Amino acid sequence: MSMQAVIEEKLSQQIHPAHLQVINESDNHNVPPGSESHFKVVIVADSFDGKPLIARHRMINEVLAEELQNKIHALALHTYAPDEWQETGQAPDSPPCHGGGK
Amino acid sequence: MDALERIDDIVKKNPVVIFMKGTPTMPQCGFSSRAAQALMECGKEFAHVNVLTDPEIMENLPKYQNWPTFPQIYINGELVGGCDITLEMYQKGDLQKAVGEAVQ
Repeated sequence: MSMQAVIEEKLSQQIHPAHLQVINESDNHNVPPGSESHFKVVIVADSFDGKPLIARHRMINEVLAEELQNKIHALALHTYAPDEWQETGQAPDSPPCHGGGK
Repeated sequence: MDALERIDDIVKKNPVVIFMKGTPTMPQCGFSSRAAQALMECGKEFAHVNVLTDPEIMENLPKYQNWPTFPQIYINGELVGGCDITLEMYQKGDLQKAVGEAVQ
């Protein structure tokens, strides 16, 4: 299974999002073509309601702990409760690479 | 002093500190760059640690507050989060407020 599919599956099963986008942004970075190193996650879930951002990010970091340990180089996280998502409707762009490698 | 004690010491001695890849003026990673930029925009002094030149800190920082990624931003000894949280706080004006209160 691709890393993208693994991330999608784990987050779907454990966070039960109302909306989930997992975007492979590796091509924007200094890695070989076809890499699965840099991802952006846009996720909307009821369980984020009333929780500070750091708590939401910790929930996701926990679900993806194994992947974050050495498989994924970068993970941009944009987390929304359903009413916040209705207000904004889109996540900000990720930064361009600065070529620092690991 | 072991690495975790060094990290703790840095976090406690500096009201605002970012652990990043590169430096605020020569960032080596887009996420570190954006987070450092947001801190600079707050207009107060802050400390930085370049994890790329300190492998011991790079290896141990994820364990310190159980946070797996870089950069990490601490204000008044508390983990604020990484790039995405720092930027979102900046856009809401919360980062400027927190930094302003921490650095007199």
